[in-house]
Amino acid sequence: MSVLATRDLIIEVPGREGGTPLNIAIEPGQVWGVLGPNGAGKTTLLHTLAGLQAPRSGSVQLNDLALGQLRRRHVAQRLGLVFQDRQDGFPATVLETALIGRHPYLSPWQMEGADDYARAEGALERLDVAHLRNRLVSTLSGGERQRVAIATVLTQAPNVWLADEPTNHLDLHHQSAVMALMGEQAAQGQAVIMCLHDLNLAARWCDHVLLLYPNGEACWGPRDSMLVPSALESLYRQKLAVVEVDGAPVFVPIKG
Amino acid sequence: MLVRLGLPLSLLLLAALAALLLALGVGSAQISPAQIWDLLQGEGDALARTMVMELRLPRALSAFAVGGLLAVAGALMQVLLRNPLADPYVLGLSGGASIGALAAMLGGLGGLAISSSAFGGALFSTFLVFGLAHGSGGWTPSRLLLTGVVVAAGWGAVITLMLALSPAERLPGMLYWLMGDLSYSRTPWPPLLLLLATCVVLIPLGRSLNVLARGPQQAAALGVAVRPLEWCIYVAASLLTAAAVTTAGSIGFVGLVVPHMLRLLLGNDQRLILPACALAGGTLLVLADTLARTMIAPEQLPVGVITALLGVPTFLFLLYRSR
Repeated sequence: MSVLATRDLIIEVPGREGGTPLNIAIEPGQVWGVLGPNGAGKTTLLHTLAGLQAPRSGSVQLNDLALGQLRRRHVAQRLGLVFQDRQDGFPATVLETALIGRHPYLSPWQMEGADDYARAEGALERLDVAHLRNRLVSTLSGGERQRVAIATVLTQAPNVWLADEPTNHLDLHHQSAVMALMGEQAAQGQAVIMCLHDLNLAARWCDHVLLLYPNGEACWGPRDSMLVPSALESLYRQKLAVVEVDGAPVFVPIKG
Repeated sequence: MLVRLGLPLSLLLLAALAALLLALGVGSAQISPAQIWDLLQGEGDALARTMVMELRLPRALSAFAVGGLLAVAGALMQVLLRNPLADPYVLGLSGGASIGALAAMLGGLGGLAISSSAFGGALFSTFLVFGLAHGSGGWTPSRLLLTGVVVAAGWGAVITLMLALSPAERLPGMLYWLMGDLSYSRTPWPPLLLLLATCVVLIPLGRSLNVLARGPQQAAALGVAVRPLEWCIYVAASLLTAAAVTTAGSIGFVGLVVPHMLRLLLGNDQRLILPACALAGGTLLVLADTLARTMIAPEQLPVGVITALLGVPTFLFLLYRSR
C-alpha cells in the first residue's frame, strides 16, 4: 500500500499551461529525489503534497484518504515538512523550536511532558545541535538553523518526510549526515521525498527520482532509469561529465 | 512546567492585589489596609465605606480590566500580525472609537451614549480595515497592518478637524477622552468578565498561538487550522480593544509596552504571556490611574499620560538590557 499517492495531479504554477499529470505512488521505505531547474515547481509540488497549497487539478492521497478532506492535525501526525526558507517569527530558543514538533500530538489542554522533552532533546542530539538548546534560533548560523528545522520534523516523527533542499546551508559533513538520517528514516519504514539540487546526493541516496521540467512536464521512476546523462543535460540545459566514484555516478558540469 | 508557569503568575497576582489595595487606600482621604479589610467585610465608617466601595473600588476594578484587556489585545495583535510594533490601536480601532465618542460629545450627549457611540465606531473601523485589507484575494499581515495604519491616520485627521470645529467649552472633556479617562466608567463588571472569559478561552489556544508565531506555513504544517485561528484572534483582539476603549477612552502604550516587557522577562510562550499580560496590564493601569487622580489632586490627569510616562522609560530600559 502506498503511503502517499497522487492522482492526475497538476500543481498550480502561475502562468504555466498544462503539464504532465502526476500519478506517483510512494511506498514506505522509499527515498524519492525531486530534481529540476530553478522555477520548475519543486517547492510548489512539495507544498501541494503537504496539503498547504491547492492543486490545479487532481488529488493527493495520504494512506488512501484524500488529503483535502483530512483535518490538518491528523495530517501533521503523519506528514512532516522541512521548509526551504525559514519564516522569521517571534524569537524562540532551539529547544522550544524542536518542541513544537510535538504540537500535533498534544491536546489543547495538555502541556509538553517528559516524553516530549526527551524526543526533542534526542532529535537535537541527532542533528548535532543539542549544545545550542538554550540559544535563540535567530542568533544561529544558516546551517545550524537548517539542522534545527530538521530536528523539529524529527521530533514530529512523521511517516512521510517532505524535505525541501534539506542540505541547504550545510557543510559537507552535515550534508552527508542529514542524507544518512533520511536513509535511516526510510530504513525504519518512513517514506522520504526530497527536493535536491545536488545530483550527486540524489545519485547516492535516493532510490527513486522525479524530474520536473520548467514547462510542467515530468517523468519519474527508479533512480538508475532516470539519472541518465542525456536526460539530465536537457533538464538543466547544461553539459555534464560523468565519472564513477565509490560505486555511484558523479555528475560534473563542464563547459560547452 | 507548572513552576515555570505558576511562579511568575503568582507573583503578578500578588502585585495586582497590592496595586488594588493601594488604589483603594490612596486619595483625598487615606485609608489603611486594615481599614480596607474592615470595609470590605461591611464594617467601619459609613462615609469611608461609600467612598471605597462605590467610588474607588469600581474605578480601580475598571482600570484593572481595561489595562488587562489592552495588554492581552496587544499580545494577540502582535502574534496575528507577527510584528512586534503592532498594538491594539494599530488597526485604526481607537481612531474609530474616538470619532464615535467625540461625535456624541459634540452632539451634547453624555454617559451611555458616548460609550455606545465609541463602541460602534470601533467596530465600524474594524470591519472597514478588514474589508479593505481583504480586497480581492486574501489578506496578509503586512497588508492588514498597512491598511490599519493608513485608516488610523485618516481618523487622526478627522479627529483634529472635529477638535478644531468644537466649541471651546467642550474641548477639555474631549481631550481627556482622547488621552484616556477612567472617570467615565460606571460599572467594572462587563470588561472584567470579558477579560476573565478571554483568558479562559485563550488558555487551550496558547500552544497553537506559539506555533502560529513561527509563521502560518509552519503552523499549517504542524496541524494548526491557520485561517480559523487567525479569524478568532482578530475578532477577539478587536472586541477586547473596543470594550477597553468604550470603558476608558483611548489609553496608549499599555497594549504595546506590557506584552513586550513580559516577553523580555518571561520568554515567548503564549500560555504564560497571555495571562501574565492580563495581570500586568491591569496592575500597570491601576497604578497609573491612582497616580493620575492623586498627583495634582483634586484635579485629575489623563491616565494615558501616566501610562506613557511610566511605560516608555521602563520599556526602553528593558530593551536596552536585553540580548
